[in-house]
Amino acid sequence: MKARAFAYVRPRTLEEAHAAFAAADGDASFISGGQSLVPALAMRLQAPQVLVDLAGVDALRGVHLDGDVLRIGALTRHADALTDPLIRRHAPLLAAAAPFVAHPAIRNRGTLGGSVALADPASEFPAMMLAMGAEMEISGDAGLRRVPADEYFLDLYQTAIEPGEILVALHVPAAGPHACCAFDEMARRRGDYAMVGGGLMAERDGDALRAVRIALFSVGPTPVRARGAEAALEGRAPDADTIAAAQRALDGDIDPMDDAEVPAAMRRHLARVLLGRLIRKLEADQ
Amino acid sequence: MTVPAPGLVPLTLTVNGDEVARMVPPRTTLADFLRAELELTATHVGCEMGACGACLVLLDGVPVHACLVFAVQAEGQKVETVEGLVARGALARLQAAFHERNALQCGFCTPGMLVNAYALLERGDVPDREEIRDALSGNYCRCTGYEAIVDAIETAARAAQEESVG
Ligand SMILES: Cc1cc2nc3c(=O)[nH]c(=O)nc-3n(C[C@H](O)[C@H](O)[C@H](O)COP(=O)(O)OP(=O)(O)OC[C@H]3O[C@@H](n4cnc5c(N)ncnc54)[C@H](O)[C@@H]3O)c2cc1C
Ligand code: FES
Ligand code: FES
Repeated sequence: MKARAFAYVRPRTLEEAHAAFAAADGDASFISGGQSLVPALAMRLQAPQVLVDLAGVDALRGVHLDGDVLRIGALTRHADALTDPLIRRHAPLLAAAAPFVAHPAIRNRGTLGGSVALADPASEFPAMMLAMGAEMEISGDAGLRRVPADEYFLDLYQTAIEPGEILVALHVPAAGPHACCAFDEMARRRGDYAMVGGGLMAERDGDALRAVRIALFSVGPTPVRARGAEAALEGRAPDADTIAAAQRALDGDIDPMDDAEVPAAMRRHLARVLLGRLIRKLEADQ
Repeated sequence: MTVPAPGLVPLTLTVNGDEVARMVPPRTTLADFLRAELELTATHVGCEMGACGACLVLLDGVPVHACLVFAVQAEGQKVETVEGLVARGALARLQAAFHERNALQCGFCTPGMLVNAYALLERGDVPDREEIRDALSGNYCRCTGYEAIVDAIETAARAAQEESVG
């Protein structure tokens, strides 16, 4: 299948990108890595008049440590999450998730910004923004603003990004010296979208875990914080009883629906198993 | 800014070492551009949605799906296809190993397999079978059952290693 004809522009600045979108009366799509958008255009799920290529906008590039926050430009590729020394050191959860995202060639092209802007409910990186407590920097009419991950995911494929707005960067609190994290997912084949997945961030305080944040994906229309499970772990050493308590609490955190492939009860079960694995992974890596 | 017309746009890029300049419709994928405009038909097109891996090429040195890139996005970049890799002898060991181990039957998937295998072997060590399988996780083969392909890539990696050591 082939995309419908469109015009192509390659702005150099955010202002030019916004102007190109406005000139098309909103009948335009931004493209970053294209690994989700190009198939959508080929299948004609979308047929914009104008394609606005963000690849030339320098404001969307680069990874820098700014105090205790890591700024990851939206155009940073999935593959960079595996190799970039700053990401590996200060956002280790992203590096842990990256091997599970798609296949190597797609990771060479797909961008972190594109993935987080699209917010596929089965995607790894958007959920990790939630687990890490990142902030999304968005450019719109009123200039730049930042939206915390807890307020960013609104509904299925809906985020705080309004039509015509551009995700500029992801601001991730840098992992401190006592930080620990774990990622895991269950998919039918390596590289497929997961049936259930999740990431966990915490601080170690002796044997106990503090500042626990857990985000799961593929369990609903958006990534979800497992707040009950977090509370069950908070301030405790993750022994067998605590893990069991967190797994029980998880039942109240998620509300998966039945779908053609995975019944809701199975997703609930898998989520419990996954949570146990995440906590044990954390301990094994200590 | 006015709305640009959806006509042809100029494109200049390097393909297999040669600079190429053409006017292209923006909706033309890199895969279609290589096949139809440049008649480089070693890049195969199967699913046109990133699922089968038949269309892999090297873009600025790394494997990407040519069906998931519009040709205009490759402006100023370097593309290398299986034709280019063969011409500079970069696939000789892999080709020999694929031949020897019968790692192809219809051959439709082979160019994509070779591009991924080439990038994997560029690392210079001998990947284990798990790593080879992971590298090929986005490549479908409907004929061989994969085992022979993994064998062939492993064999080529060992041959390269022995040559560089020996
Ligand atoms: C075969 C296959 C398997 C895959 N498997 C997985 C997987 O297991 N897990 C996973 O998470 N993903 C998977 N993906 C998707 C892949 O990770 C995409 O790269 C990613 O979802 C989107 O990133 P992109 O840069 O390619 O975005 P694009 O495709 O360019 O854009 C995606 C959407 O976001 C919008 N957008 C892009 N950038 C911005 C921006 N800066 N500001 C505002 N809007 C923007 C676009 O308009 C579009 O609507 C898979 C893709 C394929 C083809
Ligand atoms: S044709 Fe590109 S992945 Fe199938
Ligand atoms: S040899 Fe036929 S598809 Fe692989």
